[in-house]
Amino acid sequence: MKKHLRLLEFILPGLILYAVLFMYPTISALYYSFTNWDGLSPSYQYVGIQNYEKVSKDIIFNKSLTNNIKFMLFVVIVQTVVSLILALQIYKKSKLNVFYRALYFLPTILSSVSVGFIWTFIYDSNLGALNKVLSMIGLEGLTQSWLGNPSLAIFSIAAVQAWAHIGQMAVLFIAGLQSIPPELKEAAIIDGASTFRVFYHITWPLLAPAAAIVVSYTTIQSFKAFDLVFTMTGGGPNYSTEILSTYVYSSAFLNYSFGKAATASVYFLILIAVITFIQFKLLKTDRVSY
Amino acid sequence: MQRILGQLLLISFAVIIVAPLLIVLFTIFKTNSEFFSNPIAFPKHATLENIEQLFTKQTMLRYFWNSAYVTLTTVIAELVLSTGIAYAIMRYGKSKIAALLFSLFALGLMIPSQVNMIPIYSLLRELSLTNSHFGLIIVTLSILMPLSVFMLTGFVKTLPKEIIEAAEIDGASEFRLFAQIVTPLMAPFLATTAAFLFVIVWNDLLFPMLLLVEKSKLTLPLALIQFKGEYITNYPLLMTGVIVTALPMIVMFVFLQRYFIAGTLAGSLKG
Repeated sequence: MKKHLRLLEFILPGLILYAVLFMYPTISALYYSFTNWDGLSPSYQYVGIQNYEKVSKDIIFNKSLTNNIKFMLFVVIVQTVVSLILALQIYKKSKLNVFYRALYFLPTILSSVSVGFIWTFIYDSNLGALNKVLSMIGLEGLTQSWLGNPSLAIFSIAAVQAWAHIGQMAVLFIAGLQSIPPELKEAAIIDGASTFRVFYHITWPLLAPAAAIVVSYTTIQSFKAFDLVFTMTGGGPNYSTEILSTYVYSSAFLNYSFGKAATASVYFLILIAVITFIQFKLLKTDRVSY
Repeated sequence: MQRILGQLLLISFAVIIVAPLLIVLFTIFKTNSEFFSNPIAFPKHATLENIEQLFTKQTMLRYFWNSAYVTLTTVIAELVLSTGIAYAIMRYGKSKIAALLFSLFALGLMIPSQVNMIPIYSLLRELSLTNSHFGLIIVTLSILMPLSVFMLTGFVKTLPKEIIEAAEIDGASEFRLFAQIVTPLMAPFLATTAAFLFVIVWNDLLFPMLLLVEKSKLTLPLALIQFKGEYITNYPLLMTGVIVTALPMIVMFVFLQRYFIAGTLAGSLKG
């Protein structure tokens, strides 16, 4: 017991800060979601579940939710598949492979604001490199207003998110691949197994835990992709790139309906909890070890 | 055949990563008028005008200082606070307190900042801590605590128990154990965690944007946002801002690569 008390001095400074500036605000977000507070005035009223009804019927909220799901599916699929394919090529130790890993990782250390501006520039319909290059190689038909076309813009941003994080996810797969004993594969190859069979029966089962991490990390990241959307389109055109995080932000700080924003953030939290739980259940079961 | 395909793939992806960055790099050495006639290729008349203009028209050194000050203070304080907690979790061993403490922080990993940003903002306003670096630092500390406690607890559990037990039997106090035995053993892990946190704090947008108002207090990502408003028609100058603000991070990455990459590994395992 004495030891327990002595350890308190290691815990308390951090815990107090965390309690005051993280846990208390999280709980009060729940509380605000039942009020009509505008964020400024000293008085506000308890309005019950009124905000929850309003937000769930709000067209823009529903649009943000749909956009967020589109964004997530695109990023999760592209990022997972591409980083896995790349990792399979560069997981072995060699100087060239180490160089590739560092190069692919590079965008990860740039701020999302920088990445957002770089790609706003590359996507620019008149001066941007993407359209210029497409016209130069005779693909004028494909030139686009990448961020101005409402049915395309959300995917243009999702592609940037993937561009910035594929190298990071490749690192996770590489760590997974390096943990597989090479003798296993060699034995299978000597026995005449095809490359595909070796991958499917030996590599993949052992790689599943790494894949689980990549998928769940990417999912959470794609819900948090506030900075990119904020810097590239600010949610436009016509809310076609509004996602949950930007919706909460603009409800609170542009429209001053804190109650509504808090409600949307509670929905947001529930959604993340549900997705995390489902993934945890789905991916936890198929761990294999030889 | 398969090898050639593999190499082709690696080179194509390298081009996808490097090409946009190279085009941006070319752009910063072009005048605005050259840029209009030659938006992609290597500059014909390379000029340092944009860099000069950025540093004379903007208080760039102030922004760098703000970012450096906020980031270094936050990362160091975060390591001190979270290593203490991780150490306590390890010392509590298999007791219920350890599990409770750990889950309290692990729970925080699931909560996106958009959930608690509103109450945090109004709390800081009540405390008159908005528009201050101190306010931003304590908020960032609390926001990143779940992540750093999670990472450091994972690391601290891999330390050899015998060394700690031996020191304990020799009568070392809890503080001595922490400061003289555990912390030195943790050094490489602290560097890894620091690298990971450094990137996050240096690049953070949301809370600096909510909390900092005055121009003289802005951090680099906020300064960039402000340049966008001013230089909307001048890509070369805006891209100069992008490159100049990213430079310290790129230099650090070149020298401390393995810590960045190890940090990603440990930090992503939170999923």
